[in-house]
Amino acid sequence: MAIEKSIEDILEQYPAKVRKNRIKHIVKKTDDKKSEIEANTRTIPGIITNRGCCFAGCKGVVLAPLKDVVHIVHGPVGCSYYTWGTRRHKGRSAQGEQNFLSYCFTTDMQESDIVFGGEKKLRQAIKEAYELFKPEAITISATCPVGLIGDDLNAVAREAEELYGIQVLPFNCEGYKGVSQSAGHHIANNVLMKDVIGTGDAETKPYAINIMGEYNIGGDGWEIARVLDKIGYHIVSIMTGDGTYKELKSSHKADLNLVQCHRSINYIAEMIEIKYGTPWLKVNFIGLKNTVETLRNVAKYFGDEKLIQRTEEVIAEELVEAEETLEVYKRMTEGRTAILYVGGSRAHHYQGLLRELGVETVVAGYEFGHRDDYEGREVLPHIKVDADSRNIPDLHVEKDEKNYRLYLSEEKMVELKKFMPLSAYEGLIKEMKEGGYVIDDLNHFETEELLKSLKPDLFCSGIKDKYMAQKMGIFSKQLHSYDYSGPYAGFRGAVQFAKDIAMGMNTPTWSFIQPPWQQAPLLEGEVAEEVASC
Amino acid sequence: MRQVAIYGKGGIGKSTTTQNLTAALAEMGRKIMVVGCDPKADSTRMLLGGLSQKTVMDTLREEGEDIDLEDILLPGFMGIRCVESGGPEPGVGCAGRGIITSINMLESLGAYESDLDYVFYDVLGDVVCGGFAMPIREGKAQEIYIVASGELMALYAANNIAKGIQKYALSGGVRLGGIICNSRNVDEELELLTAFAKELGSHLIHFVPRDNIVQRAEINRKAVIAFDPACTQADEYRTLASSVENNDMFVVPKPMHTDRLEELMMEFGILG
Repeated sequence: MAIEKSIEDILEQYPAKVRKNRIKHIVKKTDDKKSEIEANTRTIPGIITNRGCCFAGCKGVVLAPLKDVVHIVHGPVGCSYYTWGTRRHKGRSAQGEQNFLSYCFTTDMQESDIVFGGEKKLRQAIKEAYELFKPEAITISATCPVGLIGDDLNAVAREAEELYGIQVLPFNCEGYKGVSQSAGHHIANNVLMKDVIGTGDAETKPYAINIMGEYNIGGDGWEIARVLDKIGYHIVSIMTGDGTYKELKSSHKADLNLVQCHRSINYIAEMIEIKYGTPWLKVNFIGLKNTVETLRNVAKYFGDEKLIQRTEEVIAEELVEAEETLEVYKRMTEGRTAILYVGGSRAHHYQGLLRELGVETVVAGYEFGHRDDYEGREVLPHIKVDADSRNIPDLHVEKDEKNYRLYLSEEKMVELKKFMPLSAYEGLIKEMKEGGYVIDDLNHFETEELLKSLKPDLFCSGIKDKYMAQKMGIFSKQLHSYDYSGPYAGFRGAVQFAKDIAMGMNTPTWSFIQPPWQQAPLLEGEVAEEVASC
Repeated sequence: MRQVAIYGKGGIGKSTTTQNLTAALAEMGRKIMVVGCDPKADSTRMLLGGLSQKTVMDTLREEGEDIDLEDILLPGFMGIRCVESGGPEPGVGCAGRGIITSINMLESLGAYESDLDYVFYDVLGDVVCGGFAMPIREGKAQEIYIVASGELMALYAANNIAKGIQKYALSGGVRLGGIICNSRNVDEELELLTAFAKELGSHLIHFVPRDNIVQRAEINRKAVIAFDPACTQADEYRTLASSVENNDMFVVPKPMHTDRLEELMMEFGILG
């Protein structure tokens, strides 16, 4: 088979040690056996990886979308500048509400701050931020040099809390921690769980839910919220796209947590269940079928006949429009193939939507997923904890006797778990078609080779490898930023995605990749008369 | 211009030895700059007659990048130019980075004039991080002297420093010039130090005996030669100075295993 051969060719070019390592990150989907994959381990030095750092995962992914908070980056200016507004997590505020998304805060450490310690400058930055903006709260994110010189973020934060009477949250998310941005998600989850969630007491209405692991890239969260609002849910908080610190504080009062991106938020979801009893449901709002199934599962959890009926009405209403348009685009996309290399959940989530458009995913992989994101949560007890994971503190929470409550009886939960992923996630591998390949931490060499040999029609990844693919004439869609488009989630998002990729794959641009002078001679002429040599 | 770095265990007498040695060299008519690479900034006290100097890092912090050489370079005993790199107070920031910054600053300000015969770097206790190795990296100091005594910990530190020198010797041009013994009156100290230096592939360049006049000079903020030019200890430093001046043995050291070091101790010191 073509893929098998390509992968063999790639592995053959590696030195023995690298080959031995990479082979464990590559798995062929076969229906008859369980596949084990190695993930969340160090990238081989020298291999160009797409992975981000711990700071990016903590500040960039989880914290930054919280719009009523001032996020101070303690470090040299670049760490803050290059994570400023590049992720397209949209947010808007009602009149009078705070919104600091358009600001970029940093202590801008200079050489002498490294030598003499940067705590003084950090104190000053907090003071200025507080006096100028009076935010609900302040976060401080550590960068690599801060960890090396040992600035005590926690002490400065404690001191500032007393001075200003607002929460100042320190995140020790130095970039070098862990093996990828995933470490940063965990650190952010821990602090938010420990110090924020559970501190508020806002009133909730019936059918109260949180949307977790949804960062409102290109407005995804808004489209999801539009549909959920229409059905009649009360969205207590959204973590964290277009989210607020204020709402987050009372998020423990919801009746159900919807988890979209499992990798970045599963820690909070799990800890809330232990501490407050609220279960979480793995949802997928990408693609019509997935969205419909998700909406039905949520309605079934609440079990209210009226709600179930309303859900069906909304689904029917939304589908009329969406299905028809999708059909049009499907004619332009059907029969094509795709390679997905993105995130810790998107390489899974988008497969359903692509299938609806007749596009088959032949290779899929995560940058920073763990084994449970590939193989499902049942492997959790069997994951070997290595030194890199041990460096990230594990937060253990206990039942909060005062606020613990079960929305559904234990028997009912057991019953529901048979039909829906309640506090469960089956992972990416299950979604793959037989014969497809799953590759973890795909590097640039492998990407290039696979694109050359498999010639997919669509490559979904990020900015780091987008143009490499496009220069080969393969349409590439960034699934981190959506290339300035979106939303792609929910009903309308599916249509938008279909439109974008149908356009992208069918643009005449690809026929111009090879310049004319490489296809035909530019000059025409004939030899006139042979001149006799002297 | 010879660039020399002095290393050794904390408290062994590096600063004392460096200042007395440079005073003797200055007496011989050599033009010298002493760069103190210790955040405590006490490497030039005896040459300047006090701790009055503003450090490079303090100046940088208070006045920004726009500083003049005169602000940080003070003339001391017999015209020795004295600089203290300085650094943060204990427990904060990064002292190692401070040394890198200040040496770079000195270079960009043109402190390394061609009329200098010697630049001496007096480096804090142990090579704890890359910053403290700065004087032996990037083609700065070419020769190193390690100050040691007959005590195990001093030799242990000296051996460790030799490991650092070996590392940079292989990639750069730095060489070990010899071991200076600053005597602690340990039994058979001379024999032990001679054997230790030989084992490293180097030599004991001078054995400086213990003499209380050093302490008296120090409390008076003076080098021994300035305090009492006629005393015998002053001559010891003069001998050290001419040995350094005429030294032609520069080697890549061969640091030993800890077991071998302890064996040497047994042989000469404790059981000797």
